[in-house]
Amino acid sequence: MAAITNDVPSSLVLPKWIAPVLLLAFAYGVVPLIGSSYLFEAILLPFLALGLAGVGLNILTGYAGQVSLGSAAFMAAGAFAAYNFNLRVEGLPLVGSIVLAGFVAAAIGIVFGLPSLRLRGFYLAVSTLAAQFFVQWALTKFSWFSNNSASGVIDAPRLSISGFAFDSAVGRYLFALTVVSIFTFLAYRLVSSQTGRNFIAIRDNETAARIIGIPVLRTKLLAFAISSFIIGVAGVIWAFAYLRTVEPDGFDLDRSFQILFIIIIGGLASIRGAFFGAALIVVFPLALSRLGGFLLGDVFDSGVLDMSQRIVLGALIILFLILEPDGLVALWDRVRRRLLFSWQST
Amino acid sequence: MTFLSTIKAAALSAAMIVSVALPSAHADEQYFPLQSYRVGPYAAGGTGFFGGFIDYLNLINIRDGGVNGVKLTWDECETQYEVERGVECYERQKSHAGAAAWNPLSVGIAYAMIDRITADKVPLITVNHGRTDSTDGRVFPYVFPLLLNPYSETSGIVNYIASKEGGIDKLKGKKIVVLYHGSPYGKETIPIYELLAQKYGFTVQQIEVPHPGNEQQSQWLTIRRAKPDFVVLRGWGVMNPVALKTAVKVGYPVDHIVGNVWSNSEEDVIPAGDAAKGYTAITTQASGNSYPVVKEIVKTVYDAGKGNLEDKSRIGSVYHNLGIVNGILNVEAIRVAQEKFGHRTLTGDEVRWGFEHLKLDPAKVEELGAKDLFHSINVSWDNHEGEGYVTFQQWDGKKWNVVSDWIAPDWALLRPIIEKSAEAYAKEKGIKLRTADDANAVTTN
Repeated sequence: MAAITNDVPSSLVLPKWIAPVLLLAFAYGVVPLIGSSYLFEAILLPFLALGLAGVGLNILTGYAGQVSLGSAAFMAAGAFAAYNFNLRVEGLPLVGSIVLAGFVAAAIGIVFGLPSLRLRGFYLAVSTLAAQFFVQWALTKFSWFSNNSASGVIDAPRLSISGFAFDSAVGRYLFALTVVSIFTFLAYRLVSSQTGRNFIAIRDNETAARIIGIPVLRTKLLAFAISSFIIGVAGVIWAFAYLRTVEPDGFDLDRSFQILFIIIIGGLASIRGAFFGAALIVVFPLALSRLGGFLLGDVFDSGVLDMSQRIVLGALIILFLILEPDGLVALWDRVRRRLLFSWQST
Repeated sequence: MTFLSTIKAAALSAAMIVSVALPSAHADEQYFPLQSYRVGPYAAGGTGFFGGFIDYLNLINIRDGGVNGVKLTWDECETQYEVERGVECYERQKSHAGAAAWNPLSVGIAYAMIDRITADKVPLITVNHGRTDSTDGRVFPYVFPLLLNPYSETSGIVNYIASKEGGIDKLKGKKIVVLYHGSPYGKETIPIYELLAQKYGFTVQQIEVPHPGNEQQSQWLTIRRAKPDFVVLRGWGVMNPVALKTAVKVGYPVDHIVGNVWSNSEEDVIPAGDAAKGYTAITTQASGNSYPVVKEIVKTVYDAGKGNLEDKSRIGSVYHNLGIVNGILNVEAIRVAQEKFGHRTLTGDEVRWGFEHLKLDPAKVEELGAKDLFHSINVSWDNHEGEGYVTFQQWDGKKWNVVSDWIAPDWALLRPIIEKSAEAYAKEKGIKLRTADDANAVTTN
């Protein structure tokens, strides 16, 4: 892609914090008032959970350059850990379970991140597959993780913080939004800090990074730990706020790929990109399926429609990657610049 | 900017969708949200079951003009048997007015819906499967594992094996392997097999086949080493024919494999070819198209070009007949509720009351044209299964032949276990046990 010079006059560029603040004000102030339960339950909750998982994976893959196919495993680890902390530790508040679940996911992330010290690229991707299969296997094999539930499906506990319950769809949305905002903000601060620059240095040239004194080993493991922590928290949101029930099969390899596609489509090494990608991956198939059902539902059965949606979706993703390999974020920035320019020239 | 125009188009269509998302129901329609699956590894079950269900609803509409004049409507939402798609479908379809009952035909989706349908007060039907302890209507007012819950199925299979061995006391010292599907559905019966093994003195070894189950070499080599007297196949979809073929490959006799209620269809045995000859499986509804109700569906629905199955040779297959039986149960529950609340569109809670008073004795079943298709059902406010009977059928290479009478599972043995599990769930979730009076309090709007 041709580089676009950023020569918009500085007077026209709003302070950086304005857009996120406006967006959050809209998400907190307006959306709960106008949204339907379908919007919260079927669109916004999975969007928030997958968006946060995308942020987590982006730290590892986008910034630190370590490809991982184990994201769903870390989500599962987070979800099951939060469930077990909540169940087995008397009096532990929900926030405590979530943070501890993040640490459990981080620990597993470090263990499966160890091969990254020797392996790169595709080889590393294959070795993170081990995490995917091992975690799913362990959760299925040892029924202790699901409190010996007969079917292996666990019911998520109610979301309540110091007596206030987030039971309704709006409540769970606000809960998820708050958690996601906090961790996204922390991730944003992280990538613009020295640690974030270390990640990028290792991604761009590991040898050079080593020469300028970046502790490569520690930094890589740190990237795995932080990324897994965030993905683990995203798993808690997915399980507790969105589905409200969890089974290991819900965190299969398909989910890992989904998260990888989210950051590739949204834009690597971009916090916003994860949310752009999640929006596309969550919303677009639904829009397509509803449109197909509405227009052709009487003509074809749902199976045929579903198959054609997959073809359309796949074709659009290929088309999109050809037209804009840098992801939705690059597209967004280009559109914004065009608008600013045209506004300026009038 | 070709991509921009794509986005613009997408935004336009999204706006369109939002504007049509809330269709209003007519005054006298009863709506069935169908979370069906016609693609993916379980499409054979999905197309057969939902095909039969839709065929029966069509029959009622065409032949009778609906239930007492109330027309039955439905739409389908594809789940591919995946939980989050099922949840999305639930949220999408629940805005439609006049929903009678949910029939997702997936244990995973059903589990995810229990809290939601309980809050919305619409019944959730899990015919022949589901969460066993939802049989206890005191704790699960809106969940109905009709005809056969997984524990009853287990009891029926163990009793059948006992009868083959010459009596329940002959089970002592025998060895049974349960080969189960690696899903919530497959795992549901692990504790009850352990319990029955202890009670009757046989040993049981339970082996998981990971979803979807198209590779079972190592499991069957384990079975060959274990040399069990019987293998219970608790499969689903593609796992079943693969199991039968692999059994032949490792030399395990197929007539010592007993299939459960989701391993009993033509789609399970035909792909296995000769390997399936002599295989026996449990069922609640016989297969075949000689039953009056199936004949009427052929005459009224298929001959009018409105049949749902693309492949007409599947009419009367096990899944198709199960869909028809499921249709009968849903429609009759509506009929029962209409007698109490009036011939109009019912609320979900009224339909729930209908299911809790759904009593079809063999005479009534015959009147419905389903004699020998299924035996009977007797649901009450605290027994949401309804004492379904089971029978066993053997595959001769061309069709299923019934090889046993209608057998009653050992309900008296199972009920205390179910109640204990349901009460534990109620305690964990802080649910107050429902009484008969609570069950009679119905939300009518």
